[in-house]
Amino acid sequence: MLDKRDIGKVFPKTTAEVEKGRLRFFAKAIGESNPIYIDESSAKAAGYSSLPIPPTFLFSLKMDVPNPFKNYEDIGAPLEKILHANQSFNYHKPVVTGDVVTFESFVDDVYDKKGGALEFLIEKTKVTNQLGHHVADLQTTLVLRN
Amino acid sequence: MKTYDQIEVGDELPRLTSKAISRTTLALFAGASGDHNPMHIDIDFAKKAGIDDVFAHGMLSVAYLGRLLTGWVEQPAIKSLDVRFTSITQLYAEITCSGVVERKFEQGDGKLIEVSLAAIDQSNDTKIIGQAVIQLN
Repeated sequence: MLDKRDIGKVFPKTTAEVEKGRLRFFAKAIGESNPIYIDESSAKAAGYSSLPIPPTFLFSLKMDVPNPFKNYEDIGAPLEKILHANQSFNYHKPVVTGDVVTFESFVDDVYDKKGGALEFLIEKTKVTNQLGHHVADLQTTLVLRN
Repeated sequence: MKTYDQIEVGDELPRLTSKAISRTTLALFAGASGDHNPMHIDIDFAKKAGIDDVFAHGMLSVAYLGRLLTGWVEQPAIKSLDVRFTSITQLYAEITCSGVVERKFEQGDGKLIEVSLAAIDQSNDTKIIGQAVIQLN
């Protein structure tokens, strides 16, 4: 069960470093063969300072902590009951290999439907880089099946 | 490089179809994406949770939608990506990603294009709908 009193709750800040090997592994896992995501010289020829992260990879970097589901478990949303309902990314600046990104998340809303059979959790996350630049905003909606 | 003027409302993005999503696909995606949720990789865990088998990470198909977009425009042009998961993606699904230009508009100094997105499986069952906003010169 979620609790509306958790609206506004701030989760612990996390950071993650963007690593080349991990990006190549991600490219393989999603079938990405464009060399700018795999080969540094191709990325540089395309104008990037190093390998860029693919559009959804910020979601992965956000999970780069010992237990990425702990925040949800702590507020009553156990892993086996949650489904991902919505995800949005707003991009402000590119993120490339070597960047260290920081995630600051909070509970934006909690509500239910069908008399509580379905509960929803909206989490908003601000992403900044090592220079303090605001690089992106993420929004995740999880649905909890009771 | 595409320009704003070359693109018309109604234009379709070149479609992208994934290989059938296998257990190996999910194992690799779990490791690479950092989403180690056992619902996607451990059939024993799935059965304990009351379902017959593991199912695909929703974010795998969103990554395919990302490929659809970056195959069409350069990534820095993508200003936003917003998706809604409409049903669970089962093992062995072959996901086809499509996009249609819905709107062209100017905002501040930017020339923007809104694209509607969909990811469907081989039975035409919709898995994800969404939209992206792209800025072009």
